[in-house]
Amino acid sequence: MAHAHAHADPPAHTHTHSHPHAQALRAGQPNSEALRPVSQQATPAPSPAPRRARARRLLTPWLFLLAPLALLITFTYAPIANMIAYSFTDWDGVSPELHYTGAENYREIFTREDLFQVFWVSGYYLVASVIQIVAALYFATILSFRVRFRNFFKGVLFFPSLVNGVAIGFVFLYFFQDGGTLDTVLGLFGRPTDHAWLGTPASANVSLAGVSVWRYLGMNFVLFLGAIQSIPGELYEAAELDGADRRHQFRYIILPGIKPVLTLTVILSVSGSLSAFEIPYIMTGGATGTETFVIQTVKLAFQFNKTGLASAAAVVLLLIILLVTWVQRRLVPDDRVDLV
Amino acid sequence: MTRRALTRALVYLSLIAATLVVLLPLGVVLLTSLKTEKETANGSGALTPPDDPLNFHNYVTAFQDGGMLTAFGNTAFILVISVGGTVLIGSMTAYAIDRFTFRFRKLVIALFLVAALVPGVTTQVATFQIVHSLGMFDTRWAPIALYMGTDIVSIYIFLQFVRSIPISLDEAARLDGANAFTIYRKIIFPLLKPAIATVVIVKGIAVYNDFYIPFLYMPSQDLGVISTSLFRFKGPYAAHWETISAGAVLVILPTLIVFLALQKYIYNGFMRGATR
Repeated sequence: MAHAHAHADPPAHTHTHSHPHAQALRAGQPNSEALRPVSQQATPAPSPAPRRARARRLLTPWLFLLAPLALLITFTYAPIANMIAYSFTDWDGVSPELHYTGAENYREIFTREDLFQVFWVSGYYLVASVIQIVAALYFATILSFRVRFRNFFKGVLFFPSLVNGVAIGFVFLYFFQDGGTLDTVLGLFGRPTDHAWLGTPASANVSLAGVSVWRYLGMNFVLFLGAIQSIPGELYEAAELDGADRRHQFRYIILPGIKPVLTLTVILSVSGSLSAFEIPYIMTGGATGTETFVIQTVKLAFQFNKTGLASAAAVVLLLIILLVTWVQRRLVPDDRVDLV
Repeated sequence: MTRRALTRALVYLSLIAATLVVLLPLGVVLLTSLKTEKETANGSGALTPPDDPLNFHNYVTAFQDGGMLTAFGNTAFILVISVGGTVLIGSMTAYAIDRFTFRFRKLVIALFLVAALVPGVTTQVATFQIVHSLGMFDTRWAPIALYMGTDIVSIYIFLQFVRSIPISLDEAARLDGANAFTIYRKIIFPLLKPAIATVVIVKGIAVYNDFYIPFLYMPSQDLGVISTSLFRFKGPYAAHWETISAGAVLVILPTLIVFLALQKYIYNGFMRGATR
């Protein structure tokens, strides 16, 4: 197959070579794609040692891919394979001894009350991300119209998503602290409280989920804003001529225009809620019923040396996230991303 | 007309409310960082201004006792190498995938595609064992290798750009006798500047802010990066909010400066990175 091509190539090759103008012209034409296979296979043709040239040609892409693939396999695929293997054992992560225990770890995750409760904590973050998406959509919509100090508001809303998570954790520990920012502000409004915001499970989880809204709202907002601004302006003008008001514009122009970004955001929010870690770990360390799935997994693996059980937990989380992503890909076929 | 004015007023009101919600917690921490130990303890409330607005004593404490200088050094070292490596690896992968036809090409593409779906937090249990067995545990090479090796988003960004570079440029160079490596280095790489800027910004901010990986892989005190060093303030300075606040401000300040200086690129970078 490749051989036949090589025979057909030289004429085309010499042709383009002798007429640089023609080549440039052709490259600009819509069928310039057709040039690709020809030129790639024609190049080594004049070489005196065709076999060596051919070997080099076959090897070249692998030279470029050597380091990336080695890293990809070492740090993504090998861990996944090991993790699945560990999840069926009682390994403690250090001893040379381990026993095959079948699906025991998985059974434990779904039946032990204290292990399963972390899924309920995710519920707080899921609700928070709904609020976050709605608020981000609202601010993106109003800031896509003419507003005074637009760039200032845009910057203020976006900035938290750039801030270091540990710094955010401390900022809000002080915020919720006894006599801290929140209590002081409430006092100003004549509502002094001595409520321990991080003191009970419900209050603590609501507070932590609130912090994650504060942190991630800006990212959603900027993505929505970008999507809204890429909608052609004529659409709004045409709608205005037809007598559409802002509400109609939102419903019939903006919403359909940002649908891809919106679904992507929903997926990222779901997997983000399930894998919440930084804010709760930094602020409460998982105390008072704020332990999330990832905190629990990290503790199982690195504090209690239950590598087998932790691996099973990680496999479960991975499967849930893959499932959510798969559902999204089915619901919204992604036409932009095709690597092939 | 009045209804319109009312809507406008509500819009501005909501924007001002949001601004307060964002800036108030940060502003209070800035105020606290300038207070003395006595001032924070006397219960005068979080919103009172410091007696001496130029009291930088807490910053000195954070720098000297909190090890923030070492932390910035470690972060800078890790950041430069891993961002540089990500740029090289991402652009090489994109070049190989887009410009060559080879056996198993589809398999390679699928490997990268599927890896993009796997969230890093889930696999650390097993990644830890591998990093450990490679002897990289508790060295700065552990986060560097992980940041370089598990970034699929940047490969997507580079791939988009490599595709937009006309293949006729490669051909012209090849006719002049350039080999694949020269073409990558002299033609593709220089034309990837906008993509490189995007990756440097998105990756740079991610590495600067990351807590999980350095926390897991570099427990040593002298290997603290800014996240983990700041996190360690929690122990010794537990009740010293003025010192903790100074540490937090020290970490946030560079981000603010970079944001103000590179606003446009940052917005574009994140939009490109997310919608890949």
